[in-house]
This record gives sequence, C-alpha cells and structure tokens, in this order.
Amino acid sequence: MDITSDSHSQHISRQFNQELEELKTHLMAMGGLVEKQVQDAVFALLEGDTRLAEQVRDNDRQVNDLQLQIDDECTRVLARRQPAASDLRLVLAVIRATSDLERIGDEASKIARNALLLSENSSTIRGLVEVRHISEHVRKMLRDALTAFARFDTDLAMQVVREDQLVDDEYSSAMRSLMTFMMEDSRSITSVLSIMWVLRALERVGDHADNLAEYVVYLVKGLDIRHSDTDDLDPKVLKKS
Amino acid sequence: MLASLHSSNTSQAPVAHFLSEHSCLSIDHFSLAYAGKEALRDLTLSVPRHRVTAFIGPSGCGKSTLLRAINRLHDLNESVTHSGQVKLEGQDIHDPQMNVTELRRRVGMVFQTPNPFPMSIYENVAFGLRLQQRLPKRKRDDIIEWALTSAALWDEVKDRLHRSAWQLSGGQQQRLVIARTLAVQPDVLLLDEPASALDPISTLKIEELIRNLKSELTLVLVTHNMQQAARVSDYTAFLHQGELVEYGPTDQVFTNPRLQRTENYITGRIT
Ligand SMILES: Nc1ncnc2c1ncn2[C@@H]1O[C@H](COP(=O)(O)OP(=O)(O)OP(=O)(O)O)[C@@H](O)[C@H]1O
Ligand SMILES: [Mg+2]
Repeated sequence: MDITSDSHSQHISRQFNQELEELKTHLMAMGGLVEKQVQDAVFALLEGDTRLAEQVRDNDRQVNDLQLQIDDECTRVLARRQPAASDLRLVLAVIRATSDLERIGDEASKIARNALLLSENSSTIRGLVEVRHISEHVRKMLRDALTAFARFDTDLAMQVVREDQLVDDEYSSAMRSLMTFMMEDSRSITSVLSIMWVLRALERVGDHADNLAEYVVYLVKGLDIRHSDTDDLDPKVLKKS
Repeated sequence: MLASLHSSNTSQAPVAHFLSEHSCLSIDHFSLAYAGKEALRDLTLSVPRHRVTAFIGPSGCGKSTLLRAINRLHDLNESVTHSGQVKLEGQDIHDPQMNVTELRRRVGMVFQTPNPFPMSIYENVAFGLRLQQRLPKRKRDDIIEWALTSAALWDEVKDRLHRSAWQLSGGQQQRLVIARTLAVQPDVLLLDEPASALDPISTLKIEELIRNLKSELTLVLVTHNMQQAARVSDYTAFLHQGELVEYGPTDQVFTNPRLQRTENYITGRIT
C-alpha cells in the first residue's frame, strides 16, 4: 500500500504525529546542510577559495552532531512507540538516510581538503571541467533525492536511481582522461591525483544520493530495491497499488 | 513451504487462503447474526495447522463471536442464526455426526479472565480427564504433570498441587486454565485476550507458552495488543465490522499492510 507525505500526521496520538514530523524536519535540515557543504567544497576548489574550504572542513562537526541527534530521536520513537507499518518504515528510512548524509558530509570534507592542497599548486590544474560537470550532476541528484524524500515522490526517486548510472559512466570516462594527462605530463601527477580523489568523492556522493532515493521507495512502497537491478524494477515501482 | 506461501501472497486479493499451508480450520462463507443483526459477514479464511493465527480488530468487530462459533458456544442461544461452514480438519462442525462434547475437547478455549474451578490445582487439571475417561491414578498423574509442564506452571505449583487454585496469582491462574485445557489433548487452542488482565511479566510468560505450544497444536489468538499479535503470531487477520479486511503473514501485515484500513488500525491512525 502506498503512503503519502501527510500519512504521518493522522495518528490518534498528536504527540506521535509531532515526533514523526520532527524526524522528517530534522532529516531535511541535515540534508540542507550537507547539500551546502558539497556545494561550498566544490566552489572552494574551482575558485581556489581557501577560507571557504577551511569552513567546509570545520562544519563537518555539525553534520556529525546532527546525525547523532536524529539517531537519538529515532531510538526514542522506536523504544516508546513501537511503530509499525509505514511508521516503522519512516523511522528506518530516516536512520539509514542520516548515515548516508553523514558520509556525503565526509566526502565534502575530502573535497575541501583537496581544495586546500591544490591551492598550494601554482601551475594550471587539469580536470576542473570534469569536476564542474560531475559535481553539477551529483548535486542535482542529491537535491532531487531530498525532494523525493520530502514529498514521498517515488517517480522522482526512480529518476535519481537512473541518473546514478549516468554519473558512474561520466566518472569512468573522466578518470580515463586524467590518466592520459598524468602520462603526458609527469609534473602534473600530484595535482591530477588530487583531482582524481575529488572525482571519486563526487561519484560517492552520487552513490549516497542513489541510496537515499532507494529509501524513499522503501518508505512509500515497502519495497526494498537496494540489491535489485533497476531495469527490472520500474514497472513494479511505478504501479500504483 | 513458507517461501512459496509468501510469494503466492503478493497478489492483491484481500483474502489469502495460504494454499500451501496445511489447513486446520477452514471457514467458508460463514455468516452469523444475533437476532437478525449480522455480527459476522461472509467470512472465508483458513487457519494453518501448528501455527499461531492472530485475530485483531476494533471492539465489537466480531472476534469473540467468531471464536465462540468455532467452539459452537452459540448453540444454546436461540437468537443466533448462521450460514456457511466451519470445518475442523475437513469435518463440518455443524454436521449432525459431530459430537459437541468431542468438538469442545478437540478445540479448547481460554478466556480473558482466568476462570479456575473452585477446587485444587490438581483437580482443576484432572477435571476434563475425569469427564472423559477412567484412568489409573498413575497415568492421570503423568498427564497432569505433562499438562502443567506444557503450560509452564509445573515448577511453581508442584509442591502445592492440592491447594486451592484460588491461591494462585492471576498469571498463574491463566496458565492453570491453559493446563486444564491441554490435559484433554486438544488439536486447537482458542485464546480470547488471554493476557489482557495480566501484568507484563505474566503476559510474556503466556506469550512464550503460546509459541512453545505451536509444535503440539494450532493456536488462534484474539488480542487488542498490536505488539502482542506482532510478537507471537505467524499470521494475522484483521476484522472490521464483522468482515475480514486483510489476512496475511504477520511480518507483512505489520511492516507493509496491503490496505489503508489495516494500516490505520495497527498504527493507531484515525479512520
Ligand atoms: N450475546 C449477544 N447478543 C447480541 N449481540 C451480541 C452478543 N454478543 C456479541 N454481540 C454483538 O456482536 C458484535 C460482535 O461482538 P464481539 O463480542 O464478537 O466483538 P469483539 O470483536 O470480541 O469485541 P471486543 O474486542 O470488545 O471483545 C457486537 O456488535 C456485539 O454487540
Ligand atoms: Mg471479544
């Protein structure tokens, strides 16, 4: 049975409604912070803004704190309410989502650290075009995954799942070009390696966004698609029950 | 067997028949009315053997009426009319061939409030046995020990078997009633909110007992406690206003029910 984004506000216990509502609100706040971290880290790298890069690195603490706080809230709801059905799926999806968001936060820190390393490098940096391109792609995926979560929108979630396959392809082809740069010019090795780490981090952000999208499907449909082949899935997911 | 059961249950039909499980009780288009007022409407479901099946639903939806019907406890109420069939191991319980005393031996019933008889613990358990057959004392003692052990009460009462059953706590009394029912070796045990008058520890003991009895017989549990249904049952049937709304494996009903009405009930939503 499908649920909608207001399904969690119909309990006889108003306090329970409120607790579930808060879980969602806090998850969205964490999502917003993490999205900004990725955006700032990439901007810092592309523009050589070291202050911004340091800020991203320092903000990671906040992301971790939010994860702990939301996990705590989930534990309390599980212990006190013994949620079932879609309520249970919401709590589980939130716990899983915070773990992916926290790791996206880690990836943003990695990008920021590499931005700081690269800022010490005076020669031209190869691969920034690829970074810009892939970062735009995964940031859109992350934004869409969070929107899908907020609206319980499985169509949008499935779109994110499909996008992830494109990002994986883009990542492989960018890595191939960077390998060529390194072979052509051995002085660029250090900076190209940094860029490779950044691309790797962005690709991981895409994977985590993909996970978030899968939790939306689980939450709304009660269907666990984590280990399924997406090509077999669309009809099952899109079918309204 | 369970795997195929789960997969066959992905269909959208509101009533699952669990064809791959061996059915112990099968209820077929059964309706029942009190003085013309319908309390059960066209129920069709099958209760699998050696499993715990929970009946849940709001007050007045007909859970007790259904359990009583399975035991023919409505027989003496002239205002009750019914149609359709209830079969126990394939035999229609309303068949003229069916002996009601024998039916009630095969289908034991335990109610919400423990109702031990005003006699000793021993005599309570021996009661049904004495009615049923003359047994040598040795044999009878063995059965009584077995029944009390199965009801997880033996260790607590073995030193005071000849004291009055009224001296037991509520939780012990309820297990005594279960032992009394088990002594005559029923095929089915119907439990109507057996733990609702008990403290949490006694409740967990009853739940543990229900799970352990599964290897011996088929259990049907009526409960208002959603977590209890989720904890102990293999299958859950949700009844509403005398109708079967949803019936499925408990795992599925409590994580992803098919119907909004079921979801609303088990998660405490306004309907
Ligand atoms: N002896 C009776 N005579 C007339 N009506 C009855 C009788 N017993 C039950 N009813 C009616 O039949 C319907 C079902 O009652 P039943 O006791 O089976 O509900 P229940 O699901 O067991 O409820 P609860 O959870 O409160 O025990 C109710 O509307 C009730 O008023
Ligand atoms: Mg009742």
